[in-house]
Amino acid sequence: MHPRCHVPPRRLMLAFTTVALVSAAGLAQAQSAPIKIGLPIPLTGPYGAEAKDQAKNAELAVKEFNDAGGLAGRRAELLVRDDKLNPGEAATRTLELLEKDGANFIVGGLSAATQLSINNVTRQRKVIYVSISQSDAINEAADASPYTFHEALNPHMTTQALGHFVFKKGMRIAFLTADYAYGQEMTRGFTRVAKEVGAEVVGEVKHPLGHQDYSTFLPRLQAMKPDVLVFNNFGRDNQVAIKQAADFGMKKSMRFMTPILTYTARVSGGPSVYDGVIGGTQYFWGIQDGTASAKTFNASFRALNDGRYPSDYGAMAYSAVKSLLLAVKAAGSTDTEKVATSLRTLKYDTYKGTQYYRGCDQQSVQSVMVIESKAKDVKDPADVFRVIHVEPASEKLLRSCQELGFK
Amino acid sequence: MDGITPQLLALQVFTGLALGAIYVLLAVGLSLIFGMLTVVNFAHGAFFMLGAYVGVFAAEQTGSFWAALVLAPLAVAAVGMVCERWLIRPLYGRGIDYPLLLTFGLAYIMVEGVRIGFGKSGLPFDTPELLQGSVSLGFADFPTYRLFVIAVVAALLLGLWLLIERTSFGLIVRAGARDPVIVRVLGIDVSRVWLLVFGMGTGIAALAGVLSAPLQGVSPEMGTSVLTVAFVVTVVGGMGSLMGAVVAGLLVGVVESLAVLFFPEAAKVSMFVLMAGVLLVRPQGLFGRAGLMA
Repeated sequence: MHPRCHVPPRRLMLAFTTVALVSAAGLAQAQSAPIKIGLPIPLTGPYGAEAKDQAKNAELAVKEFNDAGGLAGRRAELLVRDDKLNPGEAATRTLELLEKDGANFIVGGLSAATQLSINNVTRQRKVIYVSISQSDAINEAADASPYTFHEALNPHMTTQALGHFVFKKGMRIAFLTADYAYGQEMTRGFTRVAKEVGAEVVGEVKHPLGHQDYSTFLPRLQAMKPDVLVFNNFGRDNQVAIKQAADFGMKKSMRFMTPILTYTARVSGGPSVYDGVIGGTQYFWGIQDGTASAKTFNASFRALNDGRYPSDYGAMAYSAVKSLLLAVKAAGSTDTEKVATSLRTLKYDTYKGTQYYRGCDQQSVQSVMVIESKAKDVKDPADVFRVIHVEPASEKLLRSCQELGFK
Repeated sequence: MDGITPQLLALQVFTGLALGAIYVLLAVGLSLIFGMLTVVNFAHGAFFMLGAYVGVFAAEQTGSFWAALVLAPLAVAAVGMVCERWLIRPLYGRGIDYPLLLTFGLAYIMVEGVRIGFGKSGLPFDTPELLQGSVSLGFADFPTYRLFVIAVVAALLLGLWLLIERTSFGLIVRAGARDPVIVRVLGIDVSRVWLLVFGMGTGIAALAGVLSAPLQGVSPEMGTSVLTVAFVVTVVGGMGSLMGAVVAGLLVGVVESLAVLFFPEAAKVSMFVLMAGVLLVRPQGLFGRAGLMA
């Protein structure tokens, strides 16, 4: 026989009070705990310059949110992590951000591969992820998640906007393509546009990622006698390939074009390399004269960064964090479901005009710019591009939901 | 294969030879240091990169590419000599992996140092005005600058050959490589000779860096792939053989170029296939002495 356990009523009261006090304290803490946004980006590696700029831009968005009073006093906090442009590393950093650091949301990824691996983690854990790098694969139904949103352009919309502007009936098009997802998706997109407008694809030469000398790839391309030579590669590969092709005198007989002409590549490559090259981008600061939100954004970024202008990839990080925090504010909560719902209905003009997330793949519908690199003698060293066309935001630039595999 | 005309083939082979000349340049410094000092210099690519950066800096300061072409190799040779005197010299006689590990670490320090000093994103470097554009070779146009690089490589090799085979300094260097003890017994300060040879090797790496800058711009990572190419060329030609470096460099260039034309997917792997093939038949490389690594 066990004696019945007898607890004096006074002790019981004390225990209850303690429990109540502790949970109240916990609740209060949850209310004032910062809203944590994890940002895995490749700080080291070939896209280090772009990544650093992304961090600076994301910081600006967080600062603006906090300066405006946060979420009823709750402040946002940015946790920047280096994914080293390695998919495994990106997954590990994302897991750490969620498990150890208690991140509420994830923004980031600067390559198709790291983006997909971050998405795998966030999708499984039902965490909101706003991706900021180009990939077509991630838009497809197989990788979709109700919590994944795409702030960046994707190769399909870039090639649609650029191709329809540049390609003409009967034109001869050749590709120099980096042999990985990004390059292949660009080639696929451009080939589709060429077919649509009646241009002829005369050939493609593929090169391995991270090549240093393109001289041996060029004679073949020259022999194809194209009107437009498209460089479907990125970063340093893009810079070196364009420079060497120009050294071979190829600029004289054909137009150079590249799907993503980045601000950082242009600045580090120099004006003579990119002189006359046409490309696409989601943002160039020079649009500020006609766009109010761009003007405000440029000014506040410059105020914090010694007068430097934000880069295209950087601006994407700003817009991703900014719109996410707008959604948090609209939802009045950091609850994943509520914020996701609020993101889906959000119309936001963070830096270049109105954008919104399309229903099926949650791709941000936005404008695409066609830009041309300016020659040497410009007064402002940051004034590197001329915006020659702005393709307005439209779902027509995207593949249909059906084609992506959504039912 | 459609569309391959004799003209395209000729241009492709010529492009390969020109690329090979650059490969020779990348390998010579490494080969020299290994052949004379038996030091496998893993910092070769980093010295190459450093040379390019010093070249950009010198060109900015003096306004002349030609001054940079002279100053950068001298400056980097001085850095190389400091490294030899105070870091590598204490490791002589300790086995081949000690200096290898040391230079491996040194490369990291140099790359990080440049990242801190000059930024991660790379700097532009324009081809000097005199050498811009292309010249007609009869069957195609070819960049003037690449022809200039070939000429520099030829002059450098000739100078090096004369120095090592035709001067008394060269005699001491060769004797020191064979038997340093006897040379020392004869009253010659071998360590001073080694210091100079290491300086020459790193200086040539820097020269290659400056010459490469107009071809690809400069970035902190530009030396990483150079190290790979330099090693393949050195191994195929035979560790420590100048002649081997020349033949192997040109061979690797042509093989890569033809691989690009006929089987582009194998472009990157072609040089390693060549290396594996050569090593199977001649483990010491085309012109190498057997047993140098022992």
